[in-house]
Amino acid sequence: MKHTLTPQRYLILLAVMLSASVGDTLLSHGMSQVGPVSLAHLGLLLVALRNPWVITGIFCLLGFFASYLTALSWADLTFVLPSTAFGYVVVALLSRFWLHEPITLYRWIGILLIVCGVGFVANGPSLTLHESHPTEGPAPADQGAMTGGTQ
Amino acid sequence: MIAAGHIYAGPIETWATILTVAATAVTGDVLTAGAMQRIGDLDRIRARSGISGAIRAVASSPMFLLGVLSMAASFFSLLFTLSNVELSLAAPASASLTFLGNAFAARIFLKENVNRRRWLAAFFVCAGVFLLAK
Repeated sequence: MKHTLTPQRYLILLAVMLSASVGDTLLSHGMSQVGPVSLAHLGLLLVALRNPWVITGIFCLLGFFASYLTALSWADLTFVLPSTAFGYVVVALLSRFWLHEPITLYRWIGILLIVCGVGFVANGPSLTLHESHPTEGPAPADQGAMTGGTQ
Repeated sequence: MIAAGHIYAGPIETWATILTVAATAVTGDVLTAGAMQRIGDLDRIRARSGISGAIRAVASSPMFLLGVLSMAASFFSLLFTLSNVELSLAAPASASLTFLGNAFAARIFLKENVNRRRWLAAFFVCAGVFLLAK
């Protein structure tokens, strides 16, 4: 059965892919400005909360969690999780083409494997239909995607 | 054995801490996904009761709160692992094991239809994450 998600739901999956990696990158950049935090200097964490990069990173990660939970409410965990892994690929490509960092052969193979993995699930059904599913039923645009059959 | 300087943990402690990170992460993911499965389509809830209604529905689920607790435990066990195990092993190994563990747990506990396509995806992503972090 053909998998069909609405454009809005594809946007949510895109947000899942991008927001975590962008948020982590912003946090990393912000924390490099704040300096190393140790158990003896936990007060530095409060200083970090005033750093604009850290604040933006936290908002990005909140956005990730919201979109991740939304996606889990209408798709299977094993459908959504590979999307989160695609964020690793985005970061690797950003670091290669924007920051001009070298990417080793291992990493190119890793990128290829993740892209293939995401492709395997993206073309399949997004949700296993349970007889006692609590919702009133699938959204009209997703009825074709909900199937318990194997691919 | 606790690491000091460049001395890292032995193989048993190394893999025990990595497995702890993966197990708590899988528990968190499965509990969160199970909670969202029970709560139902958030888009519908938001359309009916607004953003605050959706937040209330999620935050009042004990299963979701347990999931968040497990995720927090995973985060802190990762921090502990990183202080004893080399980053180049701990990060990719725990992330890869989490992907595989999630496929097994989703099939057993969430009754998801993990077909051949999804198993292949789990193995490819697991191997890809490991290579990417090398």
